[in-house]
Amino acid sequence: MKLKELRFGTELLKRGFASMQKGGVIMDVVDAGQAKIAEEAGAVAVMSLERVPSDIRKAGGVARMADPEKVTEIIEAVSIPVMGKVRIGHFVEAQVLEVLGVDMIDESEVLTPADEQYHIDKKQFKVPFVCGARDLGEALRRINEGAAMIRTKGEAGTGNVVEAVRHMRTIMGEIRMLRGMDRQEMIDYAREIEAPAELVIECAERGRLPVVNFSAGGIATPSDAALMMQLGADGVFVGSGIFKSSSPERMAKAIVEAVNHFDDPKVIAKVSTGLGDAMPGLDVHKLSEDEVLQTRGR
Amino acid sequence: MDARIGVLALQGNVSEHIDAFLLALERMGHGSSSEVFEVRSPADLAECSVLAIPGGESTTISRLIDKNSLYDPIRVFKGGIFATCAGMVLMATRVDDPRVRPLGLIEMTVDRNAFGRQRESFEADLPVAGLVGKPFHAVFIRAPVVSRTGKSVKVLARINKGIVAVEYGRHVAFSFHPELGNDTRLHELFLHKNGY
Repeated sequence: MKLKELRFGTELLKRGFASMQKGGVIMDVVDAGQAKIAEEAGAVAVMSLERVPSDIRKAGGVARMADPEKVTEIIEAVSIPVMGKVRIGHFVEAQVLEVLGVDMIDESEVLTPADEQYHIDKKQFKVPFVCGARDLGEALRRINEGAAMIRTKGEAGTGNVVEAVRHMRTIMGEIRMLRGMDRQEMIDYAREIEAPAELVIECAERGRLPVVNFSAGGIATPSDAALMMQLGADGVFVGSGIFKSSSPERMAKAIVEAVNHFDDPKVIAKVSTGLGDAMPGLDVHKLSEDEVLQTRGR
Repeated sequence: MDARIGVLALQGNVSEHIDAFLLALERMGHGSSSEVFEVRSPADLAECSVLAIPGGESTTISRLIDKNSLYDPIRVFKGGIFATCAGMVLMATRVDDPRVRPLGLIEMTVDRNAFGRQRESFEADLPVAGLVGKPFHAVFIRAPVVSRTGKSVKVLARINKGIVAVEYGRHVAFSFHPELGNDTRLHELFLHKNGY
């Protein structure tokens, strides 16, 4: 039969897509070869970009959306979903990725922001968006703009999990705090964190964000990934951590298994054994103000 | 009789399935002695009377079924299986992608991502055989379709692209996501079919 009144790009389809990624690892890749390695290792999706975050740090200058040729090459190489990064506020880069067929767009602080006042009006798009956040207010502002998935920002390209932990603990802690509040206190709290009251109340009722919440920014080992899962992440993004390690295939597989068995230290011990070197790390306290990515967009 | 419903919890839309089955049990008037729980190991599987295989990434779930030594235990599992999206891909005898090792529990060929990319994902009202009342509001997300079925496989719904819902023995499989939304009729139908 021919179906009538098909609806595309709805909120349910966007959030549903994000939900299918749960319990999974989404890996940064810069070409078709890396994308195939990620898929083979069991990634649920790949994030296509011009350079991994640690190389963006080294290169300096303005970091932009990847070359469409690269994005298309990656889309053609794998059967799992392909995501792509655009600059904060750069809705034309987002339009381009949507036309190319990217399955989810990351409006990302890892690239140089295009707009210091506004994020993209994500409800104008059929394709779902993921956005970074450091606290509940920031997460709910992004959801209010139409984000179908949140990822805690961490500090990308450092191989240092400390900021990812800080942001996940902050969001989970704020949601736990809502439990003790009555409606009036929630409305007052919403004003304080600059978030819509109805979304704050929804978080309180559900005991979680209204959309899937992944962890990102500094995950470099299987233990890091499992740590973020135990802290309450629905899944993880791994950027430089895989292809800047000494043995990307093995690291990718090990992180997938660590996320699957995040509460079983025996498995994590086994998959972490003899993995070679993780990516070189950076002390986030030694970054100068203009090297810190997480403060971009708020 | 009490149902012991396991949801394969390797990756994907697990909590939504648990919630949908809990709601279905409540609507069917089952007492609190029926249980819904996550299945991650062969030992968990041995506790179930029926199993759900959720949506997610079929290549990832297939890999994790092997890694967790669940391939053979699921193949010989005696109860009914409720499979959606990636779950439907895994139930097939043939899949159009060598990265997936299907369980071969329903004689059918399934094509992954048959509608295209996420922007082609859609919602629509779909008549499903055996359902009383209004059509089912079906949510298709990077969905598969069944391109061929064996003689004894019963087709429950078909659209111009192909078959999107099937029944075989105690098993059912759907291209779409009955666990998204509050309509539990398909869950109830499945439980009923399995004697609950």
